[in-house]
Amino acid sequence: MTQLALVIDLNVCVGCHACVTSCKQWNTSGWAGPMSDKNPYDADPTGTFFNRVQTFEVGHFPTTETVHFPKSCLHCEEPPCVPVCPTGASYKRPDNGVVLVDYDKCIACKYCSWSCPYGAREVDEQQKVMKKCTLCIDRITDENLPERERRPACVLACPTSARLFGDVHDPDSEVSVAIRDNGGYQLMPEWGTQPANHYLPRRKTRIHIDEDELKRADNPLRREDLTTYTGEEALDDVAW
Amino acid sequence: MHPAFSVIFLTTLIGTGQGLFLALITGQLYALGNLLPSQSESFYAVGSLISLLLLIAGLIASFFHLGRPERAWRAAAKWRTSWLSREVLVLPLMMALVAAYGLAHYFDFTQPLFQVADILPVDATLLIGLLGTIAAFVLFVCTAMIYASVKFLQEWHSPLTVANFTFLGIASGFMLAAAYSAWLGNDLVVFFGTWAVIATLLGLLTRGISLARNRRLKHKSSLRTAIGVRHKAMAQKAQGATGGSFNTREFFHGKRSGTVLMVRNLFLVLVFPLPMVLIAIGYGMESPLLPLAAFLIQYLGLLAERWFFFAEAKHPQNLYYQSIA
Repeated sequence: MTQLALVIDLNVCVGCHACVTSCKQWNTSGWAGPMSDKNPYDADPTGTFFNRVQTFEVGHFPTTETVHFPKSCLHCEEPPCVPVCPTGASYKRPDNGVVLVDYDKCIACKYCSWSCPYGAREVDEQQKVMKKCTLCIDRITDENLPERERRPACVLACPTSARLFGDVHDPDSEVSVAIRDNGGYQLMPEWGTQPANHYLPRRKTRIHIDEDELKRADNPLRREDLTTYTGEEALDDVAW
Repeated sequence: MHPAFSVIFLTTLIGTGQGLFLALITGQLYALGNLLPSQSESFYAVGSLISLLLLIAGLIASFFHLGRPERAWRAAAKWRTSWLSREVLVLPLMMALVAAYGLAHYFDFTQPLFQVADILPVDATLLIGLLGTIAAFVLFVCTAMIYASVKFLQEWHSPLTVANFTFLGIASGFMLAAAYSAWLGNDLVVFFGTWAVIATLLGLLTRGISLARNRRLKHKSSLRTAIGVRHKAMAQKAQGATGGSFNTREFFHGKRSGTVLMVRNLFLVLVFPLPMVLIAIGYGMESPLLPLAAFLIQYLGLLAERWFFFAEAKHPQNLYYQSIA
């Protein structure tokens, strides 16, 4: 079975919000209806987003570290939001594991959002239905697009390639290799939701420089000076 | 969690409606066993009407919780997995049974259909009442399980939630039955009042245990598991929006902790001691109005109780929304 997912590398993310804006642009322009905003240019602006970048500071000054944390639906393999839906609007696609909301069936009772520990779902104030990340289902399944564009908008937009997209059930996929090799982890594993999305941890890049690498004691290219000096050399003795 | 008044009114109103229906059928059973004087048919008919009106009011309140109330009928679809869907099915069933019970009394369908062991004459009202009793308890379970089944809200994820909804609903329903009897001036006030006090005491016990449990509750999630960074000192610097979002509106009550504690103390007084004292005095004075005051004060307290029930629940998603900037 296929389980499409994102792998987000926190070591690479610079917190530029390009994924946020590209997500909003793509998904607000689609056939599923706009992701509406309220007071966008006024006090207390608010709106629907599938993806948000949050920022956390780790440690005490001066030894602090800034972690930019992109957050969207994790497309859990055991999605707790799906069975609680009274209308069946919330479902997990059997062919690719993407968790979706049928906007024509949703009654916006908000029960699914209570059943998501990650806060991945948001009610659209204008359309009055529950919305969430679709992994750009209309892009990734569109066979009219060239192969390389059949990826979520956020992945295509990320300037640092912090977002990888693929099938986490295929052990040889780019995402599976990244999870395996770079210590990919799931959020809130204590709830048993088995999120399909993984995060790659911050990794310190350290190099060790030895003393004799700075002062080269054993330069193999060093030429031995065979001249015998008498101490009385004049300027004329210098071989130009 | 944000306490939504639609849901507060839904759960308290239908709880009272169910409790009142249970009070009526209990009264009828006692009268059948000649333990209480039997009442006129109109007593049961009007009582059922009050119960039905409460259930309808609760149903109307629930529609205000929905973004798309015109599609509410769809909510009956997933009863195999969703407690909300089960409630949506059982509530109209309960309403139909209450209506049928009232109509059966109103139209005097009280000729025994058959006799059990030559001593118990079974008529239509008794059969409908029995089914209604089952429906009332099933509805209590469905309503409470909507909350108790959400494992992420650890304050709710306990059988105590079901016990609280059931006992407090029964308490307010019997209190209303006592008020109704006192208003009519019949001699069932003590009977209903005593049962109301018993249910109130049971509710005090289970609600007290759940308050104590929630005080000592250890939340499973922390910022450490939420973002997967292992450090003691972590602070949020941005949550991706400056003006708030659905996540900040739906999952935070936005009140000071002092206000929340005040509401808790308020409901502890209004739901438990005050109505019990009032109904006792009302019985002593044979007052037609004090039991009504007891019911109204307890119902007001139940609104505060339900408000606090929401406000005290902390959702793990709140870890991602600790500060704006």
